[in-house]
Amino acid sequence: MRTNESLANVTAIFKRELFGYFGSAVAYVFIVIFLLLLGFFTFYISNFFELGQADLRAFFQWHPWVFMFLIPAVAMRLWAEERRMGTIELILTFPVTVWEAILGKFLAAWIFVGTALALTFPMVITVSYLGNPDLGATLCAYIGSFLMAGAFLSVGSMTSAITRSQVVSFIVAIVICLFFILAGYPPVIRMLSGWAPVWLVNIVSNSSFLTHFLSIERGVLDLRDLFYYLSVIAFMLFVNGVIIQNRRT
Amino acid sequence: MIEVNHLSKHFGAKRAVNDISFAVEKGEILGFLGPNAAGKSTTMRMITGFIPPSSGTAIIGGSDILKDSLNARKKIGYLPENAPVYPDMTVRAYLDFCAQIRGFSGQARKNRIEETLEKCFLKEVTHQTINTLSKGFKQRVCFAQSILHDPEYLILDEPTDGLDPNQKHEVRLMIREMSAKKAIILSTHILDEMEAVCTRAVIIAKGRIVADETPAELKGRSELHGAVSLSVKGADTDSFVSDLSGLDTVRTVKIVDTADGIFWARIYPVTPGPQAVDSIMAALSDKRYETVSFFVEQGRLDEVFRSITTA
Ligand SMILES: Nc1ncnc2c1ncn2[C@@H]1O[C@H](COP(=O)(O)OP(=O)(O)OP(=O)(O)O)[C@@H](O)[C@H]1O
Ligand SMILES: [Mg+2]
Repeated sequence: MRTNESLANVTAIFKRELFGYFGSAVAYVFIVIFLLLLGFFTFYISNFFELGQADLRAFFQWHPWVFMFLIPAVAMRLWAEERRMGTIELILTFPVTVWEAILGKFLAAWIFVGTALALTFPMVITVSYLGNPDLGATLCAYIGSFLMAGAFLSVGSMTSAITRSQVVSFIVAIVICLFFILAGYPPVIRMLSGWAPVWLVNIVSNSSFLTHFLSIERGVLDLRDLFYYLSVIAFMLFVNGVIIQNRRT
Repeated sequence: MIEVNHLSKHFGAKRAVNDISFAVEKGEILGFLGPNAAGKSTTMRMITGFIPPSSGTAIIGGSDILKDSLNARKKIGYLPENAPVYPDMTVRAYLDFCAQIRGFSGQARKNRIEETLEKCFLKEVTHQTINTLSKGFKQRVCFAQSILHDPEYLILDEPTDGLDPNQKHEVRLMIREMSAKKAIILSTHILDEMEAVCTRAVIIAKGRIVADETPAELKGRSELHGAVSLSVKGADTDSFVSDLSGLDTVRTVKIVDTADGIFWARIYPVTPGPQAVDSIMAALSDKRYETVSFFVEQGRLDEVFRSITTA
């Protein structure tokens, strides 16, 4: 009955971690900053109102960039804090596998970010009021954004396993996330296609969070994109586990 | 039974633990002693599965901590050094979390938590956030976590560290009470505690076992063991020394201190035991020494500890 037990363990860790997020003032500061930044970029930088378009592209295009800074901040405490406080010694000697612990923590962080994302719904209401946006496409974009957030988080979870310093985890995660974004950033792709063979450009751009996000944002939830994000998450959490198995103290 | 088989651990070139083996049966409380950096915590961390050994293994009630880790870990209650706990949780929420991890649910979980709160004197802080607790209370919370599931095997790394004398006493009582059905390993720097609680002591130094015997046997190793300490009033020290060293049961006589017509002396017998004591008493009354106090030394653990661990 290992599956039931696994589920119970993941749930216990998930709940603890989720209460940990919502029990701290930092979480609310995070949500406020997240909403303010998205609002600021959408309304001031993209001039949302002057675009005269009732669609949410101006809103969603900022997600990768805001995530890049804020999600490592959410993820940095996952393992670094556990190491710093020494509680990792207890969690790893409980009858819980490393994978259960990683999954429980990751899911809690993901739900937390998902909550922040859900709180942007006034945007949708505003746009629906002003015009007639494609609600299906909007939902798609939200799903894409949530998946992308998961990918960012998995990177952050992995980097937080490397160190007991949250700051180091934060910075390393940002650097890695930046690479994942830039690999699909149109100016970079254009520069690259100037000299690199097409297949290389495709590989690079297909490994980017941005490329897959843009494709979902257009309103088609392609299985390939879904698969891409889930594999990034699985891979990063796997590395996370290997790091913890090998560096315990 | 906990079987520790040839455990070794090196960190880089440094050997922290070097081929340690011992076994602890249920009913035993094994005291794990040694100077700082001897490798006590490292050994306990390997037994509990936190760090993998460089070689060797530990078998917990038949489950190998390396090959059958989950089952082995289920049987263990562990109190790590410095009692790590999640600071942002209340005491109750924390114990609830631990109870879930230990597989309790529903009413059983509630009962478990209540019982443990009671046992560990945590009732008054049930709803307090852990980071607002004093050090001793944090220690108690972590101790509570280790006994919550009534494990068969308890590994306690300095369980009374940071507790007040009353709590130290309570925790020792609790450990003794629990020991009938459990095998317990505890590390400590307090020799009196080892003597009061443990049925056996393993002393390690520089990663190796240097002694594995009962507290009484350890004391027996003491220079002082069986010596008679006494104070005498109104007598001449020189004649006292010559009178008593004359006995063939006595090895040496030392004058420890003198003041105001009283002196304190210590008489070391050739072989400690009641015969030597009797002959000393007889000699004292023969020569009409006015003995103010008379005491047969048990031996001093700190002295034994020092001589064993610095040899
Ligand atoms: N993660 C680690 N990396 C490198 N060296 C370590 C590590 N953990 C322990 N050591 C070393 O191993 C040795 C044994 O340490 P350990 O913590 O087991 O000692 P101890 O007997 O518990 O001491 P104390 O009485 O101070 O608690 C020490 O020299 C320590 O520096
Ligand atoms: Mg120690």
